[in-house]
Amino acid sequence: MIEIDVRKKLHGATGAFTLHAQLRIETGELAALFGESGAGKTTLLRILAGLAVPDEGLVRVDGETWFDSRRRINLPPQKRRIGFVFQDQALFPHLSVRDNLAYALPKNADRRFIDELLELTGLTPLQGRRPDTLSGGQRQRVALARALARRPAVLILDEPLSALDTNTRLQLQDEILRLHRTLGLSTVMVTHDIPEVFKLANRVFILGDGTVTRHGPPPAVFADQRCDGKIRLPAEVLGLENNDVLHTLTVLVGNQILSVVVGKEEVRNLRIGDKVLLLPKVFSPMLVGIH
Amino acid sequence: MSFDWQPLLLTLQLATVTTLLLLVIGVPLAWWMASSRSRMKTIAETLVSMPLILPPSVLGFYLLLAFSPQNFIGAFLRDHLDLTLVFSFQGLVLGSLLFSLPFMAQPVQAGFQGLPASLAEASYTLGKSRLHTLFKVLLPNIRPALLAGTVLSFAHTIGEFGVVLMIGGNIPGVTRVASIAIFDEVESLNYAAAHFHAAVLLALSFTILLAVYTINKRFNVARSPL
Repeated sequence: MIEIDVRKKLHGATGAFTLHAQLRIETGELAALFGESGAGKTTLLRILAGLAVPDEGLVRVDGETWFDSRRRINLPPQKRRIGFVFQDQALFPHLSVRDNLAYALPKNADRRFIDELLELTGLTPLQGRRPDTLSGGQRQRVALARALARRPAVLILDEPLSALDTNTRLQLQDEILRLHRTLGLSTVMVTHDIPEVFKLANRVFILGDGTVTRHGPPPAVFADQRCDGKIRLPAEVLGLENNDVLHTLTVLVGNQILSVVVGKEEVRNLRIGDKVLLLPKVFSPMLVGIH
Repeated sequence: MSFDWQPLLLTLQLATVTTLLLLVIGVPLAWWMASSRSRMKTIAETLVSMPLILPPSVLGFYLLLAFSPQNFIGAFLRDHLDLTLVFSFQGLVLGSLLFSLPFMAQPVQAGFQGLPASLAEASYTLGKSRLHTLFKVLLPNIRPALLAGTVLSFAHTIGEFGVVLMIGGNIPGVTRVASIAIFDEVESLNYAAAHFHAAVLLALSFTILLAVYTINKRFNVARSPL
């Protein structure tokens, strides 16, 4: 179990605020940290990894104290059993894919584990390549494999998929899920993507203003207090066509482009690029399985 | 007519020793200045850069005063370590170290600062110590900066005059480096000898810088920056 209860003063874009977060994540869970930029999500990950030091508090993993301000305990990152996947991957530019993974092995570790990891992540054909010759998705795969080479207890992912195109993103989501399960990891990841939270996480922590405002399984958390069977689709305005009475609005919902007819009043202040919520009035969906 | 090669050999010897010592001293210093957030860092940066604007004679003058056996430091070194830093090769090395330090420290510091912080952090999260990270991750990725620092320190030591003259004087075989020899020969109107030393230094400087720019170009073509 991962227990975090920390306090740290941060200087965000909107001024100074205090990160004061309490999280409990069971062993084997995949937890997502969700919230606006600058809410302290990355800092929380860095605190868990030992890369940032809280002003006060406690970090405990599987009964082992990693940080305790009262007992003046602060394990360095080297002594914490973690794998950290950075937003920019942080692959070592001068080493091949294989050597990037091998770098992470402890001194007397079995080298065959590298072959296993390469195989597991589909990187075997790329093992001789340098990071700068790889695509974004491949680089992210290497970062993931490297983070696992030390056989960590906790896998920490800082927005690992945010810079990737949709297809690669979906593939890598499957991969993360598979590795998380096969290796029996506890995983904590920061993401901005609600579908990603639903697909990957058993538990989501919503961060706002430096504290955890809500947490629980994603359906429960995102369904809101106003759970009334109505759906709300976050959409982005792509185009606006004016007729006399009715207006045709083209919006992007997820990956789909929809045209909707709306009234004059509703489009008055809309501009292309605006974010809106679509609230379909009649909703009786038919389900079709996709495989 | 035979030329006296000794001043040139002495110059090369001084430049080599100075550069090697600067690698040992300058790289850790640059690393500290690149990663530290302490207030001492600003002071250190200032001190390191001082020789860039200070007339060499000023540095030489104070070194001469400090290490003169009449003074406390000089007397201490002579009595306890049997070390004389005035008018000796060791003194030249010390003066050159201080005088060429910014030429090693600044490019290397810039090299460290150009690396993303996550590179070192990734290494720490993979269980590797700071020293291991320095040698296996950071230094291999700032090779162009290391090369620049090494070559600039070497070239700058070759070109040194003021500090050497103040603290070393003009003792043949001990402190009479090429730049001093040129001055000396001109003073005694021996232009042929002065010309010999000057031409060799000119050719040497050109060759060194040409080599650096050629290698740097290859680095840049072979690998886009991080």
